[in-house]
Amino acid sequence: MKTINVSVVTPDGSVYENDVQMISARTEVGEIGVLPGHIPLVTPLIIGTVRLKRDGGEDQISVSGGFMEVRPDKVTILAQSAERPEDIDVDRANESKSRAEERLRNDNDVDQKRAKASLKRAETRLQVAGK
Amino acid sequence: MASLREIKSRINSTKKTKQTTKAMQMVAASKQRRALAKAQAYQPYMEKIQEVVGSIATGDTDISHPMMESREVKKTGYVVITSDQGLAGGYNASLIRDLTKKLKERHKSTDEYTIIMVGKIGRDNARRLGLPVSEVVTELSDSPSFDEIKTITRKAIGMFENEEIDELYMWYNHFVSAIRQDVTENKLLPLTDLAEELGENASATPSYEYEPNEAVILEGLLPQYGESLIYGALLDAKAAEFGARMTAMSAASDNADSLVGELTLVYNRARQAAITQEINEIVSGANAAN
Repeated sequence: MKTINVSVVTPDGSVYENDVQMISARTEVGEIGVLPGHIPLVTPLIIGTVRLKRDGGEDQISVSGGFMEVRPDKVTILAQSAERPEDIDVDRANESKSRAEERLRNDNDVDQKRAKASLKRAETRLQVAGK
Repeated sequence: MASLREIKSRINSTKKTKQTTKAMQMVAASKQRRALAKAQAYQPYMEKIQEVVGSIATGDTDISHPMMESREVKKTGYVVITSDQGLAGGYNASLIRDLTKKLKERHKSTDEYTIIMVGKIGRDNARRLGLPVSEVVTELSDSPSFDEIKTITRKAIGMFENEEIDELYMWYNHFVSAIRQDVTENKLLPLTDLAEELGENASATPSYEYEPNEAVILEGLLPQYGESLIYGALLDAKAAEFGARMTAMSAASDNADSLVGELTLVYNRARQAAITQEINEIVSGANAAN
């Protein structure tokens, strides 16, 4: 089966690099699936899980604050942070999840938007880590 | 002449100091290697983001974004990167000196600018000189992660977006080589000549489809681009800091060496003089007894 090269790059270095059969990621307008030979495309990603289907399995990466650049033979995901399941600090994610929830309960908090984003990030991390 | 014991204790304390400076030199050398590796790991991200921003900026002429438009300058923002610790030669001193000189040239009063300061040395100097500082970040780790500095990058870009400042400059020490750092000023915002700057790399890239459209992507991408420029400067400055410290400490160790040499010479002379005097005393004592 045809494959496409994917690399996930963050300011702290490369997180993932592999040949996969299909990439599915979440954009602002919905889920997008990319197969080998896709037309060149640039799209922002929302906080969520990127799923990479490869021979005999699937890899998951939690991504926040990024966008995806697609070329026929290569996909690059640029994100401010990206983690593979084994790199996720579950305790920290749990902590920030409860912190964000706490903040959301306080209606007078001005930073609802940030708290929501932080909750979303924490939930995504937990989901990817499989906890 | 100082007594033998005094000279001896000075030799010992100089040796102790040398041990410290030598250790600091070695620590700085290893930290510098790490800082450089970090800066290298960051390169692909920077290149890619430049490529995409460049291809959008050159591909379509009628795009606009607040960050790309210059407006009348009422207030200027400066991001100044210094270190938390001294003992790094002229690393901080020359930066602060050049900065204050430039500020005096460019602005009539302190109302016209504000500083986002990284590092304790810069903070203390700004306080002493009475510079307006709106944000301070200290105690960054030696190889800072992007997460650590997100607050200041966001703050700096946010101030521009909210029109609190109308242009943004960055001051830091650029890493040239292990023994050389150059004080650098970079204009960060607005990104007026983005297309020309990034155009060369962009020409080789294919024309993209933009989903949903260019404007939305720029909306998300440009702040990210600005933030990554600041982060890049910070990594650069860190490498420069350790380079400066390494050089300063190696010079200090060399000085300690030559000082120990001189003191040892003085010590030996004094010892010799004392022995000679003692012999003289014995001989003249014996002569007198005869």
